[in-house]
Amino acid sequence: MTPDSRRLLPSDAPVTLIDATGEAVGAVPDDATLLRSLGALITARRLNDQAYALVRQGRLAVYPSSHGQEACQVAAAQVLDAADWLFPTYRDTVAAVVKGVDPVEALSLLKGDWHCGYDPYEHRVAPHATPLATQLPHAVGVAHAARLRGEPTVVMAMCGDGGTSEGDFHEALNFAAVFQAPVVFFVQNNEYAISVPLSRQSAAPSLAHKGIGYGIPGERVDGNDMAALLTVLGAAVQRARAGEGPQLVEAHTYRMQAHTNADDASRYRDEADVEAWVQRDPITRLRAYLRDRGALTDDVDAGFTADAERAAAHLRDGLNQDIEPNPEDLFAYVYASATPQLREQAALVADELSREGAR
Amino acid sequence: MIDVHEKLSMAQALNRALRDAMADDPSVVLFGEDVGALGGVFRITDGLTAEFGEARCFDTPLAESGIVGMAVGMAMNGMRPIVEMQFDAFAYPAFEQIVSHVAKMRNRTRGRVSLPMVIRVPYAGGIGGVEHHCDSSEAYYAHTPGLHVVAPATPADAYALLREAIAAPDPVVFLEPKKLYWSKEEIEFPVRAPGIGTAVVRRAGTDATLIAYGPSVPVALEAAEVAASEGRSLQVVDLRSIVPFDDETVCAAVRSTGRAVVVAESAGFAGVAAEIAARVTERCFTSLAAPIRRVAGFDIPYPPPKLEHFQLPGVDRVLDAVDDLQWEQ
Repeated sequence: MTPDSRRLLPSDAPVTLIDATGEAVGAVPDDATLLRSLGALITARRLNDQAYALVRQGRLAVYPSSHGQEACQVAAAQVLDAADWLFPTYRDTVAAVVKGVDPVEALSLLKGDWHCGYDPYEHRVAPHATPLATQLPHAVGVAHAARLRGEPTVVMAMCGDGGTSEGDFHEALNFAAVFQAPVVFFVQNNEYAISVPLSRQSAAPSLAHKGIGYGIPGERVDGNDMAALLTVLGAAVQRARAGEGPQLVEAHTYRMQAHTNADDASRYRDEADVEAWVQRDPITRLRAYLRDRGALTDDVDAGFTADAERAAAHLRDGLNQDIEPNPEDLFAYVYASATPQLREQAALVADELSREGAR
Repeated sequence: MIDVHEKLSMAQALNRALRDAMADDPSVVLFGEDVGALGGVFRITDGLTAEFGEARCFDTPLAESGIVGMAVGMAMNGMRPIVEMQFDAFAYPAFEQIVSHVAKMRNRTRGRVSLPMVIRVPYAGGIGGVEHHCDSSEAYYAHTPGLHVVAPATPADAYALLREAIAAPDPVVFLEPKKLYWSKEEIEFPVRAPGIGTAVVRRAGTDATLIAYGPSVPVALEAAEVAASEGRSLQVVDLRSIVPFDDETVCAAVRSTGRAVVVAESAGFAGVAAEIAARVTERCFTSLAAPIRRVAGFDIPYPPPKLEHFQLPGVDRVLDAVDDLQWEQ
């Protein structure tokens, strides 16, 4: 193997900087940085659990939670500049929120008022992608357009372990490499694609190993270690911004809850496996580290909890508001200007409504 | 601007449209398979990389979903991408991108994200192509809300419609009839042509209306010519765009004659010709002297070159259908 091809291979084990007991085992970012991330992590967990509860209350149709994966969510957004783009999947609502999207708008899709509830240009967050990996070629296009104009934009393109089996994952990585597009492909390997375990997605030594096939450096990181994620993803973003082309990062994490509330995880996995991952929780770990160093006081911690409660209350209040959907919207955004046929169909609905009103 | 007359083939007219659009607007970029140094397998992009550079016209890896998906991202980020699918039947890997993203982005985002992009597709049969090179795929696209679907039948229209497609705020699937690439016409620049969504009457007639688009328009015109020599006056309507559909022009034409035949190469079942027959019947029933007939391709996979003449609607089949329009009443 040439030195160059070795450069493209990931480390044998995922990079960990703070271990599961909260002990530093490598060069860790400074306390201020980690405190900021801890605050975001605590809010992220609260938002996940609030959204989950809102499904049971009938306010959301469904919620694919990133409970347990919050370190990945927070890091993916925190390593970006405001002008960088984030391409989330349906499980990455929290990442979109950390990038700046109002959580109420981010959950519009799952509430059912409309599909994408936020302006993608406002915080440079693409609409949640539901068809797996289809957003990855878009990320390449956004990055390539920016590069053609000489802008320093980096694009964070997220997907899961299941998504790496899709053709668009392959095509996006290949295109990004050929065009040296500044994209960081960030795979959250949470071990399950609904019920199907990783062993049925890939026989590769790791998902990060897929990078070498495209000429993209791959890196593996402990997905429950905030410090490692900030470091590895941050370096990947820097390399992409510096013109070194696309990067692939695989985070090893775990989907602590079922795929969505509609799923029953007991049919395909052992509760004991989940328990083992509770011991590796990203919040417990970072909190222990910062407490141990004296960087996290009771007051600061209580402040984080209060912030999280405020965010949850905002989410509850927003989603508890009933917005009367406007049937005219059905026809308003199909084309820049409605075709004669759509105008006829809109008139038909308007007529139905007026007759309903007259009854 | 001084009017200039030039005789151009449809291929040359398309090339000219791309060149003029790229010269006018620096956000227009073009990419696909073999569109760079080679100029495309049909030479539609000939000379564009040399003139505008690698950044504006470039070859991509062989992956249609990646090509269309990348165009989506570039359109999201301020560009006006034009992509070439090498052949109709090679575009299918991009189908998910086209249906789930290209067509829906404006709608998903309540109009905040528009995708001004053009998907060029060398399309339909009649060139003796071996399998997977001659599909009439318009119904797939026309059935997908959010797309405009355009099929020119003349070199002047090819130029005008492509310029308009590139400037449009919505995605356009631009179907280029392969068998007409080499058809020639005197074009007057600047081209004055009605916009996307407007059909035109190509030939006046009083007895019956032939409705056609893309590769079937010359067949309809030839049939009308033959019919005239036999004493029957056939009107020919060229749709130019399938979506938006010009109900007004088509229905006015059919009402004026009271009889109509729709001519299309694609398989007839659940095809664009079926939609046209149904919607014109709904709107013009009281003006019709006979049911609207369709002359479409058979409901079979596109045949091998030595059998394709059976599949393509020809003049005789069109005239037979016209003969069936209950003239004896």
